[in-house]
Amino acid sequence: MLELLKVSKWFGGLPALQDVSLRIEPGRITALIGPNGAGKSTLINCISGVDRAGEGRILLDGHAIEKLPAHKIAAQGVARTFQNLKVFARLSVLDNVLTGLTVAAESSFIISMLRLPALRHQERQLRLKALEALDRFELAPKAGWPASALSYGDKKRMEMARAFVSEPRLVLLDEPVAGLNSEETAKIARHIRQQRRAGHTMLLVEHDMELVMEVADQVVVLDSGRCIASGPPAQVRNNPLVLEAYLGRMEATA
Amino acid sequence: MMTSRDNLVYFCYLHRTGLTVLALSLLLLLWPMVESNPYNLGLSNLIAIYVIVVLGLNLFIGYTGQISLGHAAFFAIGAYGSAIGTTTLGWSAWPVMLLVALAAAFIAFTIGLPALKLSGHYLAMATLGFNIVIYTLLVQWDTITGGPSGFAGIPYLSVGGLVFDTEIRIHYLVWSFAMISLLSSLNLVRSGTGRGLAALAQDETAAAALGVNIRSAKVKVFVMSAVLASLAGSLFAHCYAFVSPDSFNIFVSVDFVIMVVVGGMGSIWGTLLGTAFITLLPEWIEALDAYKDIIHGLILVLILLFLPQGLVTGITDAVRTRIALGRGKHA
Repeated sequence: MLELLKVSKWFGGLPALQDVSLRIEPGRITALIGPNGAGKSTLINCISGVDRAGEGRILLDGHAIEKLPAHKIAAQGVARTFQNLKVFARLSVLDNVLTGLTVAAESSFIISMLRLPALRHQERQLRLKALEALDRFELAPKAGWPASALSYGDKKRMEMARAFVSEPRLVLLDEPVAGLNSEETAKIARHIRQQRRAGHTMLLVEHDMELVMEVADQVVVLDSGRCIASGPPAQVRNNPLVLEAYLGRMEATA
Repeated sequence: MMTSRDNLVYFCYLHRTGLTVLALSLLLLLWPMVESNPYNLGLSNLIAIYVIVVLGLNLFIGYTGQISLGHAAFFAIGAYGSAIGTTTLGWSAWPVMLLVALAAAFIAFTIGLPALKLSGHYLAMATLGFNIVIYTLLVQWDTITGGPSGFAGIPYLSVGGLVFDTEIRIHYLVWSFAMISLLSSLNLVRSGTGRGLAALAQDETAAAALGVNIRSAKVKVFVMSAVLASLAGSLFAHCYAFVSPDSFNIFVSVDFVIMVVVGGMGSIWGTLLGTAFITLLPEWIEALDAYKDIIHGLILVLILLFLPQGLVTGITDAVRTRIALGRGKHA
């Protein structure tokens, strides 16, 4: 599905990613963990084209995407959520989810301005799809709300609905439960499992170990921009390198 | 069970945009029968012409998050282009109108492409400069433009044998254009492309990650807004039969921006209100004419301070959020 080959990225003179290689298998959840500043968000940004990888290759089903701009990567079927929420506050919840179908809905200005019957038909189909996605994420009753009126947890789930609505090949989830209470976290975990059952491939960046251990098929550990371990959750949890670099540091701060 | 009354309500809700446009069109169709005073009709005709400019500018400001301080220049290109094309060169009016709009599109593309590549408000600077250049040309190049005293003798527009030479006839002409522009803008913002633009205005990173080609979208909207301004300028020239540089200086550009802000950034319906309000304001406070610029400036500052999204949009957004939250509490 997605393959990273020796990806590196510097900010000024500081290395954010150094020779990171990893594979994301189709239909599975790959979790990316690591202490703060390990380069997890940078990695997601490089894959989605928000940042450009300095070196190395990123292959989506064998095709290089590391040089493509963000909108072209989106058109290739890579969707994402954002750690700090990027909700369009002034649009309705339904319209927010509809923006997730931008690639499918793109038409020329002239055709949009004329609103020909074919376009209306397409609009109805997209609307239905968006409503289905909202239903899956238990937000259908709030479809008409302005997004600004949603609670933080609802906004997080709306972003997920927006990412999944286009049935993308790969979804990048950047800390989907950050800042949520345990009840809302459980809800998100349920949604993630549900999407996996539906066959979605995901890359999950998360600090919440419980969630990672619960849903991930594969765990990749980053530390200071380097990939220090990868494997099934149970194996990674007992890897001495990981315990030292990641959990050890957490104990020290606790 | 849906009763027939529910069905009707649902139908009206579903087609609310189309029905509102229809109702407004009917109202405008009948308006000259109610209001026969040519002075007042002339005012409402001016509003229609400005609405066409401000619709384009509002799409640009409200949907790409950029500002143009030079739309009066594109308005001028339409007006003087049509004036020179029909009067000096003797070509027929409608093809000239299209040709001039194409020229405006090309100029907007040339200005927009480099300026919109950069993040930041470089376009505001570029358009401001462009407006000053155009205004200077209009004043100085008097062999072509007539200079400060203006350009007179522009022919009225006609379709078949019907000449648009009275305020009533012009009313139907300019409001037809304004309503077509309004409907097209409404259609655009309700389409997938329009949602991409709305996303772009609120968060460029998120919009790009959703598949919006940010740079190309900004340039396209800018070019479209220049075309609308140029078409409005052509209408302006043909309806008044006279144009002079003062209708196209940078203060007019700023007034267009104020109309957008009063109407609300990104609000197509608000455009009508904002344009009407700023156009009519000098009529209501005639005594304060000397302080017009101060008053316009004050309005701009006050709105941007307290309702940064613009007057109408700011109020409707607040009401919508209030309603949704109120409903949430009862649920």
